[in-house]
Amino acid sequence: MKSPIKIIKRGDLSKKKTVMIQLIAVVLSLVFAGIVMLFFNLNPLEVFSTIVRGSIGTDIRIKQTIVRAIPLIIASLGILVAFKMKFWNIGGEGQIMMGALASSFVALNFGDLPKPLLLLLMAMAGAIAGGIWGLIPALFKAKMGTNETIFTLMMNYVAIKYVSYLQYGPWRDPEAKGFPRIPRFTDNGVLPKVAGVHIGWIFALLLVVAVFFFMNYTKKGYEIAVVGESLNTARYAGMHVPSIIITAMLISGGLCGFVGMIQASAVEKTLVYTISGNYGFTAIITAWLARLNAIATLFVCLAFAVLLQGADYIQLSMHVPSALAQVVQGVILFFVLGSDFFIRYRVRWAKDSSKTTGEGASV
Amino acid sequence: MKKRVLVLLLAFAMVFAFSACGEKKADTDDKDEVLKIGFIYIGSINDKGYTETQHNGTVALQEHFADEVECLWEENIEESTQAVQDSATRLIDNGCTVIVGTSYGFGTPLFEMANSGDYDDVTFLHFSGSDINDTNFGNYFGAMEEPRFLSGVIAGLQTTSNKLGYVAAFDNMEVNIGINAFTLGARSVNPDAQVIVTYTKSWYDPSGEKSAAEALLAQGCDVITQHADTSGPQLAAADAKKFAIGYNLDNSGLEGLEDAYLTAPVWHHDAYLISVVETIKDGTWKPESYYGTMADGYISLAPLTKNVTDEAKAKVEALEKEIKDGTLKIFVGPIKDNQGNVMVEEGETLDRAGIWEVNGVLVEGATATNSGK
Repeated sequence: MKSPIKIIKRGDLSKKKTVMIQLIAVVLSLVFAGIVMLFFNLNPLEVFSTIVRGSIGTDIRIKQTIVRAIPLIIASLGILVAFKMKFWNIGGEGQIMMGALASSFVALNFGDLPKPLLLLLMAMAGAIAGGIWGLIPALFKAKMGTNETIFTLMMNYVAIKYVSYLQYGPWRDPEAKGFPRIPRFTDNGVLPKVAGVHIGWIFALLLVVAVFFFMNYTKKGYEIAVVGESLNTARYAGMHVPSIIITAMLISGGLCGFVGMIQASAVEKTLVYTISGNYGFTAIITAWLARLNAIATLFVCLAFAVLLQGADYIQLSMHVPSALAQVVQGVILFFVLGSDFFIRYRVRWAKDSSKTTGEGASV
Repeated sequence: MKKRVLVLLLAFAMVFAFSACGEKKADTDDKDEVLKIGFIYIGSINDKGYTETQHNGTVALQEHFADEVECLWEENIEESTQAVQDSATRLIDNGCTVIVGTSYGFGTPLFEMANSGDYDDVTFLHFSGSDINDTNFGNYFGAMEEPRFLSGVIAGLQTTSNKLGYVAAFDNMEVNIGINAFTLGARSVNPDAQVIVTYTKSWYDPSGEKSAAEALLAQGCDVITQHADTSGPQLAAADAKKFAIGYNLDNSGLEGLEDAYLTAPVWHHDAYLISVVETIKDGTWKPESYYGTMADGYISLAPLTKNVTDEAKAKVEALEKEIKDGTLKIFVGPIKDNQGNVMVEEGETLDRAGIWEVNGVLVEGATATNSGK
């Protein structure tokens, strides 16, 4: 059977061509998003400009956008470490949740400790709990070769259900008239603000640098990348693969757990079962878009936060239904992620393939 | 690789910036007298339940003040600090100087904003909470026990099996006040009436509410009522050819309910909103804890349908008068709970504060089939 089209893997594509493909993808995504808007009788230009104004138009909006970017950046760094190893950690949500849970446990039970000590303990508890939650599927993968995608995904639901059980049951605030709510932290358990935004933005910047350095300039970072490229190479080189997998997932889960601590302490000031806010899933997209590069992650996450915040804003100021805002996001993602395919592969009509063989397209 | 992403982002920025040049409408161009009011909703404005009821009040408010007021709203806001404060900030950023939080869980995040000092010129109104400050945060709610009691009277008179089914969201104070008032109403006219309660542990669960009602019908209940946000229980009752009493808003026009629907305890949020906005506009507003009654018109029993017997109609009409003129109170001792303990002493009558202190107990005649915690 002959397929009418042929898909051929590309060799290394020139920078110029790659940029061209991505530019085309961005333009196409905006055009298609615009067409969707026209169906709703909306002026696409007005919608796009409102997205931008709604996310960076005023001081308040910039702050809100940054508050959204912070968890996204740190979670993306966590996801990146695992993905570099081709360990598909879909469990960011659960790791964030468990980090938030552990740091909340500390904050709720030791709320009288001095602020710096309490916050430090919360951060440690959060990172350790997230790390352990990431470690469990890593252990099974390292020892028994289980599928980590399904495993990490399922661990999310365990974490979410456990936190909602606590919120509706044992941890419920007795003062709240029976409303399912966990008590708020004392002031000592709340991260301070720096320049009008909670201090998480400084952590995010520091971690970007730290993860970049770790992945590119340390032995462990190099080993993680080698395991991701080829297990056999890693083994031939005498690397101890299971311990690399475990270390990487401790870091990956630990970073996500730290996100949970930041969200619980600085944003919610308590634990709620919605605290992971989809950041664990969105981080998969942003880490991928950033091509698993820590510095790029920073910018992609900022751009994504603009999109998220702007989409909320158009719902309000233009009475756009929330579903449409999601469609626009989806269309943009579809094209930008889809462009990746065209960077790696070329598509040709089969009858033309004979003429073009040997044109640099080798497997 | 870095370059590539940078170029991509720049491209984004360029296209956005280009499109921004397309029109020059400023965000805050109308600085005249228009009072902008921002509503934060937990659900969707056409949910045929809680949020739609809230939004009906908003629409009526808008119609009443026409172009003197502009109502903005955000739907489907989660009860988390980030979601609520983000939403309120967006509304304020769009010129709103009044923020109305219409769900209990919005209270704490909004109260924090109100007291932060950054929003002293914004008035916050919170539905169903109890937080209040001296300057810019007030709350409002209604004496739902009054129409609940009356709906119980109808159920007590219409039942033949003496079993009444109650689909309830959570085992919490507000829900249990409703169950207790309904049970007292039913048993005031029919001492044999039993109320069977099933908690769904969700405010909004179309299929869960329906199946809870189906289970109650299977146990022999022939009138179904609810404290949950969807019409699921009413539809289940209609399917079983039994009676249904709704909640939140009048569903009498809903297809399929013609022969089942009796009435519903309903809210008229506009009754409060119009009067409070009046005082905000003329500058006389002060934080208060409003508790609307049937006499105020803030709550009522929806018009009784053809399915209500003449006997029940006459009885409810008479009782409604007594409630409105204050001669009939709902929680009058002696009342026992369903374990036989005294809940309200003989000679004692619970006022608003007293009603909102009884927690976690159902009155005699009401039993829960599951835990709602």
